[in-house]
This record gives sequence, structure tokens and C-alpha cells, in this order.
Amino acid sequence: MINTKTTAAVLAGALVAAVSGTSVPAQAQEMEKCFGVSMAGQNDCAAGPGTTCAGTSSVDYQGNAWKLVPKGSCTTMEVPGDRAGSLEPLTRDIPS
Amino acid sequence: MPSLSEIQTRFVTAIRDRDLPPPEDIVGRGGEAPERRFGIYRNNVHVSLVEALMGSYPVVQRLVGEEFFRGMARVYVGKALPRTPVLIRYGDDFADFIEDFEPARELGYLPDVARLEWAWNLAYHAADRDPVAPQALAAIPPERTGDLVFDLHPSLQIVSSPWPVQAIWETNTNDAEVRPVDLTSGGGDVLVLRPAYDVELRLLPSGGAAFIGALGDGLRLGEAYERAIAASADFDLAANLQGLIASGGIAGFGLADPVAGLDDPNAGTPDINNNGE
Amino acid sequence: MTATAQTAKQSTPAFAEAPIPARAGVGLKAQHYRTILEDEPDIGWFEVHPENYMGAGGPPHRYLSEIRERYPLSLHGVGLSIGDDRPLDEAHLQRLKMLVERYKPGLFSEHLAWSTHDEGYLNDLLPLPYTEETLARVCEHVDQVQDMVGRRMLFENPSTYVRFAETDMGEVDFIAELARRTGCGLLFDVNNVYVQATNHGFSAEDYIDAFPVEHVGEIHLAGHARETDDLGKPLLIDAHDREVDRIVWDLYARAISRAGPVPTLIEWDANVPEWPVLFTEAMRAEEVMRAACGRVAPAVREDERALAV
Repeated sequence: MINTKTTAAVLAGALVAAVSGTSVPAQAQEMEKCFGVSMAGQNDCAAGPGTTCAGTSSVDYQGNAWKLVPKGSCTTMEVPGDRAGSLEPLTRDIPS
Repeated sequence: MPSLSEIQTRFVTAIRDRDLPPPEDIVGRGGEAPERRFGIYRNNVHVSLVEALMGSYPVVQRLVGEEFFRGMARVYVGKALPRTPVLIRYGDDFADFIEDFEPARELGYLPDVARLEWAWNLAYHAADRDPVAPQALAAIPPERTGDLVFDLHPSLQIVSSPWPVQAIWETNTNDAEVRPVDLTSGGGDVLVLRPAYDVELRLLPSGGAAFIGALGDGLRLGEAYERAIAASADFDLAANLQGLIASGGIAGFGLADPVAGLDDPNAGTPDINNNGE
Repeated sequence: MTATAQTAKQSTPAFAEAPIPARAGVGLKAQHYRTILEDEPDIGWFEVHPENYMGAGGPPHRYLSEIRERYPLSLHGVGLSIGDDRPLDEAHLQRLKMLVERYKPGLFSEHLAWSTHDEGYLNDLLPLPYTEETLARVCEHVDQVQDMVGRRMLFENPSTYVRFAETDMGEVDFIAELARRTGCGLLFDVNNVYVQATNHGFSAEDYIDAFPVEHVGEIHLAGHARETDDLGKPLLIDAHDREVDRIVWDLYARAISRAGPVPTLIEWDANVPEWPVLFTEAMRAEEVMRAACGRVAPAVREDERALAV
């Protein structure tokens, strides 16, 4: 059990320490025409081209998804030692 | 003649099941079986939703590559259509799906990276609020500090993981060539916050997640402190409080009535100072 | 002073009414936000999909608010599913109403299509069988939305790739009757006319000549992709991924000489080019409008006044 009076002093001291010399991030008014990353909207009304024939990247995936092998930057994530990135089973390494 | 309801049900059923032929009442230019024509709708539905997920999960996509991502997302789309037309809200449980997606199983960190990306999306679109100025907090009477209650910023979230998901996110987001990340370097609690224009990620110190979580639940500073110490004996209140204020995580504050005054009818409904509003 | 500034920033900005002029506009894409704010190009107006601004806050609203301060804005929904046999999504109607109140768009339009079913939202503008039953359902929904949002809407003629055996009305008749029964306006997509004329084998000119132009409050132009159907015949896809086709420009001149000067939008949603390419397309639309009607946006038209509630 924590002593209430001691706690009150700790809390007050911590608050004083926390607010002294601390400033919050710059506000919008100070950065003209800077409103953050402009993410593309997800909704549009375009029909996909290349829709009826196979072989283009926008065609609905027809393959067997269960045979896919990751081929992106995950191959550069690494665990120490000789093991080839994260494509090896990591069961042994999963932190508890 | 079939009703509009029957026509639409047949249409959707055939769109969703690629093994079905186009509905019988669908016609092309002549009397042909309009497989290719109907295929456009099938394709538009599924490809556009896969691409919506690509927009929301760029780091997951970079990690596994486009082909793998499209294949994985297509399975997800097959299971779960959006519940609303607002696609920025689509894919909220993609991380849970990835967890059960067998081909991604060896990438143990992938679901948590997806969780971090989703939190980023939520923060990006969250309501705008100005963080409180630190000086405003300096005016609190010292003996009442423990009764402080905070209104956390609407964009604030915490993603906890045993994996170094922040490092994975950073390099896959910012670097033209991804830097290797030591997957055994440990994880932590990542604070996700958009105090102004940009979403910011920062690793919380020990006990920070329990502390902020308690404040988010509406507990008083004193109670949150006790919860944080219980979670982590080396919890540093001043450092955590300063971190939270400096990162813009506090949008308002108030004083709850002293605990001794619990019989006061107003106790438990603290007056929140909404920063000038 | 500080408190005032903060309050103003956090509350909904009150925009002055800004009717859409009978000039060319462009579909607003996120990659052009900054160029537009920095260069402030001389363009008549912008159009956005409201669904992309249905988050609570963040950069999308900040950019859109800044652009709305400088230009008239049109909202063009893609998710209403007006042709759905099922009841409309009340929550979505509320979201639309909120955006209309917040941004005070000069025009507010949607599609003659459906996109939602029991399983969820399909994210495509699906075709409708043209029957009396469908017409009654669509009219009921249009009435509901116009009542709810409190203003007249425009509905767009679709691009389709298949037809229904059940259809027993012509599309133009269906659309004319929709406008007559509900009082809604029409968004005339000239590229869609050409896409459908090719896909279904009818005359685009006849369609344009029969279209009830007195209800048209806006025109859309876009590029299409060319494929082949099951018979090996041309099949056009409404891809919005390239310049407007030469034939579509000619059809536009034909439509605009019937309709008079009408706000005209360049839609480019996929393979989006640099801003100058879009701007050039918009200027071309104004040239065609000028050549066909002898004028561009001399004044706000009577029916636009009516549309700008």
C-alpha cells in the first residue's frame, strides 16, 4: 500500500518537473500550407482496366494463395547468426 | 418475372463465387454467354478492395511483396466485404486475419506490424484537437495533483508487441533501401499520436502503457500512478508525464473531487477543461 | 486571441455558398493538393468523393477546407447504392448530410447504380434492370435522400457491361421518368454514353439527342480503356485512367450544344497524371464549350441557382 501523503508529494513534484521546459508540438497556424501527409483517398468511381484478360497486375488474383511465398523486404529483417532472415521458422525465437 | 431483390441476390452471389457462371438473366451484345463481360464486375469488386487494403497497409505490402500481398488480401476480401462504403474504415481486423493466414505464419511480427499500420490510419483520420499547453498544468495546486484527470487526444493509441514493430515500420516507411532489423532486439509499447498534422510513433518507457491506459480509462493521476508502479516497479512518473505532455497526448484536463468527498453528488463527473473551448 | 484562434480551428468552418460555374472543373486528387494550394490555378471548381472525407479529422479535411475556401466544390458520392432493393444505409445518409452541411457544395451528385447487398459493400457501381419495379424503388430512395439532405441532387447515367433480360424500358426513358417523378437533376456522363453505345451496340448520338437535357446540371468527361468481349467485339471499360477520347470530345460538343453551358468535370482516377495534364484537359473542355455555345460561364444559370440551396 502506498502512503497517501508521500504519494501526493511525489505526484506534485513529478508534475512540476514534467511541465517545466516542456513544449507541445508546433501548431497548424505556424506552418503555412503544411497539413501533413496527403494520403490518396480509397474511394473512387473508376472501373479497373485490364479487367477481362489475364496477365495484368490489376486482374483478380486467380492463383493458389496458399502456395505464396513472401518476397518483399521481410527477407532483410534478420535474426542474429547464420539464419536467412525471417523466412525461416521463428518458433524458437518468439519472445514470451 | 424475378423481383429486383432476387435479381440483385443472384448477381452478388455470382460475383462472389468465381466457380459460378454469370446469372442467366445477364445478356451481352448478342446471345453469347457473357463470361468476360460479367468478369469485369467480379474483377472490379475484388481488385478494388484488394487495392484499398494496399493503400491502408503499405508496410505489410512492402514486407511481403506485392504478389503475396495481393494473394493474401484477396483471401481476406473473399471472407469479408466492407461493412460501409467508407473504405478508409475497411480492413480493421486484417491483422487478426494475417495471424491465421498460414503462408504468413513464419513472419511472426507481421500481424503486429499490421496493427501498428491500422493504428496509424485511425490516428490519421481521428478528430483534430489542440494539445493543452504545459503551463496550464502548472497552475494546479500541488495538493490536488493526484485528482487530475486527463482528456487524452482523440488520435492516441498504444500498440504493444514483443517484436520491434516500430523499427520495422520506420525503415519500411522511410528508407529507399530497407535497413535490416534485428528481430530479437525486443519489442515494447508504441504510442501512436497525431497532435497536429503528422502521425508520430514513439516507444513508451517502462510502465508507460499501463499509465496512459489508466488515464484513458478516466482514472485520476494518483490512481494511474499506482497502476503504473504495479505494472512496472521502475516507472518514472515525471519522465512519463513529460513525454505524454510533450508529445501532445493531452487534449484537456480537470480536477476530480477529492476522494474524501465521494458522497458529493458531483464526484466522479469531473469538469474537463477543454483547452479554451 | 489565442483561445479564439484555437476555437475557430477546432470548430467547423462556415463556408459561404459557392455555386458551381458553367466552367470546367477537375476531380480533386490527394497528389495535387499542394500544387493547387501553392499555384491557385484558374480553374472553375473541384469535385470530390465524399466517402474519402468521412473520417473525423486529419489532413484530408485540412486540405479540402483550404481548397474549399478558394474554389467552389461539388460532392460526387459513390457509395449510396440508390438502386438497392434494400433500404438505404441511414448511417451513410447521416454522414453525407454532415458533409453537405460542413462544405456547402455547389452540387451534390450520385450514381444510378447499386453497390451494397446483405453481405456488405461491393465497391463497384453495379447495373440495374430497367423495370417499373426498379424505377419505383429508385424514386422512393431519391425522395428519401433529397428530403434527408435537404437539397436537390443530380444522378448520373451509368457505364455498364451487361444488360438484364428483365429490362423492359429504355435507359433514357428510365432516367427522364426518374427526374420527372422526384424532381432530381441529372449528371450527364458523356463518356458513359459512348462506353455503353459501344458495349451494347446503339447510337451514342441518338442517346444524346434523346437525353432530357433540361434536367442536366453537370457533365462528366473521362477516358476509357478498350478491351474485347466474349464475341471478340470491342468492349469499353470506364477506367478514368487516360485522356478523354476524340470521339467523346465530339459527343460532348453535341451534348453541350443541346444543353447550353454546363459545369463540366474531367474525371481522372487511375494512373493520375501531373497537374498540368489535368489542367490542359479542363481547358480543352472550356474551348469546346465556348465553340459550341459561344460562351463559358457568363453568369450563373437559372437552374444552378435552383441547385445551390
